[in-house]
Amino acid sequence: MSDSTATATAPGSTGSTGGPGGSGRSGTRFDVDWVRRNGVFVALGVLLLANVFLTDNFVSTGTLRLQLVQVAPVVIVALGMALVIGTEGIDLSVGAVMALAAALIPLYVGYGSVGAIVVGLVGGVVVGLLAGVLVGVVGVQPIVATLGLMVAVRGVANLFGGEIKSIREPGLVSLGTGDVAGVPYVVLIAAVVSLVVWLVVRRSTYGRQLVAIGGNKLAAQLAGLPVRRVLVTTYVVSGLLAAMAGILLAARSQASDPTKLGQLMELSAITAVVIGGTPLSGGQVRILGTIAGALLMQLITATLIFHDIPDSTAQIVQAVIVIAAVYVQLGRGKARRS
Amino acid sequence: MSTTTADPATSNAPEAALANRARFASLVQRQGALAIFVVVVAVASVSFDTFASRGNLTGIAVQASFLAMLALGMTFVIMTGGIDLSVGSVFALGGVLAAWGSQHGTLVAFVLPLAVCGAIGLVQGLVIARGGLPPFIVTLAGLLFARGLLLLLSDEGATTYKVPRGSSFRELAQGELLGVPYPVILVVVFFAIGALVLHRTSYGASVLAIGGQEDAADLMGLPVQRTKVLTYVASALLAGFGGVMIASYTSSGVTILGVGTELEAIAAVVLGGTLLTGGAGTVLGTLVGVLLLQVIKNVINQVGSLDSDWQSVVSGTILLLVVTLQRFLTRVERR
Repeated sequence: MSDSTATATAPGSTGSTGGPGGSGRSGTRFDVDWVRRNGVFVALGVLLLANVFLTDNFVSTGTLRLQLVQVAPVVIVALGMALVIGTEGIDLSVGAVMALAAALIPLYVGYGSVGAIVVGLVGGVVVGLLAGVLVGVVGVQPIVATLGLMVAVRGVANLFGGEIKSIREPGLVSLGTGDVAGVPYVVLIAAVVSLVVWLVVRRSTYGRQLVAIGGNKLAAQLAGLPVRRVLVTTYVVSGLLAAMAGILLAARSQASDPTKLGQLMELSAITAVVIGGTPLSGGQVRILGTIAGALLMQLITATLIFHDIPDSTAQIVQAVIVIAAVYVQLGRGKARRS
Repeated sequence: MSTTTADPATSNAPEAALANRARFASLVQRQGALAIFVVVVAVASVSFDTFASRGNLTGIAVQASFLAMLALGMTFVIMTGGIDLSVGSVFALGGVLAAWGSQHGTLVAFVLPLAVCGAIGLVQGLVIARGGLPPFIVTLAGLLFARGLLLLLSDEGATTYKVPRGSSFRELAQGELLGVPYPVILVVVFFAIGALVLHRTSYGASVLAIGGQEDAADLMGLPVQRTKVLTYVASALLAGFGGVMIASYTSSGVTILGVGTELEAIAAVVLGGTLLTGGAGTVLGTLVGVLLLQVIKNVINQVGSLDSDWQSVVSGTILLLVVTLQRFLTRVERR
């Protein structure tokens, strides 16, 4: 075992920095690997504990509830993003899709809450389908395809939505603000989505095909896997989940603002996925890590707010954390590739 | 012997046809944006009396000049196979620093933003080249960092620094030479230098070699790390200088600038025919891409009845059409 890791490290380390650094790291390989795998959970636990002791009123249902409600849409979007990144892709259009779905809601609310929600979700599926066809069938690079969609779909959302519209439909309002036994619907939905995605990745044929395609697309193709179908499905799922998050966010704030809603969400989602240990090079999907990543980023932001640290410093801290997290995960991606 | 001579003879005709097709494909790949640009300009000139007016054209050129600076740096980054998401924030940071600096002298207004932005580029380049981290993530963190620094300097965005009245710093973007605004001249000069650097220097050759095949470039003994670091420094410097220009143009350090500008710059580069996979591209194509995006904005503004939201719909759609076209054309070329 130690032999195989050593040989695997050699090409990677010569490619980047040279021998000494690589050999120095391989001595502590086991520990480093463990940190890579579980670092996000450890960091989350430490930060939670620190808050319990250092932040006043942190352990109250109100605070925890608010944190979970705020993180729920990010988790939903990040799960879709994790699947896309697992295929060695990226989806920059999620923020715009959220805005589109939210913009459709006030327009179709005449068909009742369910009708409006369905239309919003269909909007997300259509954008996802476009992205999937561009990436999977035409072969456009994911970052360019979803960048074009991001720009275009945000424009479409603005055209549909216009100015800020308030949402008064009782069904939607209760979806955004109601709860079951103290657990908000929004959090409940995020939990159910997490469970479903986790099961799909772990248990389904599609999940295994997705990981195989992300690991080595050519090999997957030669092995006869339905590469195009899996890619298209993955982007459709990402679009669907983004639309769901957009609808929930609009229902919670009881308003749809197509210019602002979901802005920079693509970056939050990607950060959560990457911090959670899913490599950008594809071939792995870490669902629990992604959820923990989203929770960690939320908790960092919240901690900084609790202690009256301004937005500017918060962003700088986040930047440093992202770099540090990826740096820790770096070696593993290389070892896996070679 | 007879078979070997016969083979090329029989396959010559289809090969020539294929070569012609490949040549045509590569021409469209490189000049596709130019063709669309010419068509859009022609149609707009005929449709709107005001479009071809001197004032409007000058306006388009000046408006495009800021994005052009970002896109020039982005061209080199993308040619190395990387990406720089930080340029929008660095651009805004450069503007705020320049506006603040102009209160302490014109020299400070130039040196301070370039020093800070250059330092950000240097750190990003070192982390990417030496640390081997993915450019996407590093520059994403750079986006957050530069925006955070900007907010820190401007009291969380509440303070907008003004360039003092009568400061010579205002001349940079508001002055003109023989009727041509300085920003336009600067863009022409910078792009000419960019083209020379790309085609006439060993650095330019290294950029393209790294983007084509990084391992091969490394094995050939090209200075891969140094080239990458230089490229990210150049990108940040150009973005910072774009910020200096816009601070001079608006006489203030606007804090909300540059959100999403990195994506516009990437779109311009891709429209200009530079492949996101790296290893190929032209500097002039990027300039055409920038101008195309700006002309589309201008035309949509001219159509009074159209909502300005159509700008993003049209720009996004054109980007998708061009990349789809490019994709089919590269397939033809390879065949």
